[in-house]
Amino acid sequence: MLGVAVFTAITAVLILFSGGPRTGEMVVVLPSADGHVGSVVVRRGVGRVVLDRAYMASRISSSGIQSSETLTERSVLQEFRATLAALPKRPITFVLYFISATDELTDEAKLELDKVIAELRERAAADIVLVGHTDRVGSDEANDVLSLMRCERVKADLERQGVAAERIRSVGRGERELVVETADEVEEPRNRRVEVFVR
Amino acid sequence: MRVILCTAALMFALAAQAADIGQIKSAAGTVHIERDGKLIAAPVGSAVRQSDKLVTGADGTIGVTFLDNSLVSAGPNSVLVLERYSYDPTTAAGRFDALLKKGTIAVVSGKMVKQTPESMRIRTPSTVMGVRGTEFVVRVDDSGS
Repeated sequence: MLGVAVFTAITAVLILFSGGPRTGEMVVVLPSADGHVGSVVVRRGVGRVVLDRAYMASRISSSGIQSSETLTERSVLQEFRATLAALPKRPITFVLYFISATDELTDEAKLELDKVIAELRERAAADIVLVGHTDRVGSDEANDVLSLMRCERVKADLERQGVAAERIRSVGRGERELVVETADEVEEPRNRRVEVFVR
Repeated sequence: MRVILCTAALMFALAAQAADIGQIKSAAGTVHIERDGKLIAAPVGSAVRQSDKLVTGADGTIGVTFLDNSLVSAGPNSVLVLERYSYDPTTAAGRFDALLKKGTIAVVSGKMVKQTPESMRIRTPSTVMGVRGTEFVVRVDDSGS
């Protein structure tokens, strides 16, 4: 009789701690924005579970890691809605191209700059790094200056749109980092650019 | 391209103060940071540091972008300790250890994990999770303990 009571009590405790839908610890792997699913290795003592499929989940209780299960997208998004909504926006990169030997944006780049500005409006406290480049026309020294002038031009445009100056950093790389390798004094539109790293 | 990305990463690192490891990009409701035993406000745009404890109330959420582009957010009623963070923008090598004492987090791993799988580890009271390049959510319900 006592045995039955103890067994019942143990069972009750096990049920209590086995982890219902909203108790205990749980980890769920999500698909990333590009659809790629990486993996998380969950360890507890000698126990080990690898989660490597979308919405694959593992619950952990005082008795150990439970075998994994696959949850529905809906249930995960519902339970973690507020948490997921607080995730910062993904860092993003833009490239703006320039007219030869000037700090003037090409017509396409002006449209691209509008996209940068639209993106910045979507972000709270965005950090911006501008990395300027030139092609190989002109001296190394002149190109160092020109690459920085291109950054300053973009920075001025962003500031005019209300972006705080202290959130923008500029670096001129001159003709050191070519996208397209060329001989010296060769014009190459793809090398005349400012990369805009936003996060 | 790698050289170029390194330049930008380095600039982001320089933009931050020496001890800053990330920046708060979202904050709503009751949120604060516990640093050196003191409670400080956690407004959007402010920095987080190694050993900071991020604490949210019943209506609070917070989101942080770290130097290596790792993204971490915490939901309501959460306590997340940023135990250890180091990142070298030149090599993309680093280490990120965080402890979720209670509540929920969402994580998008960054460049250090891409460079070295499991360089990011999330602990909970009962487990350790090694991150191999992915997005995931974690919940720790402390109501039973």
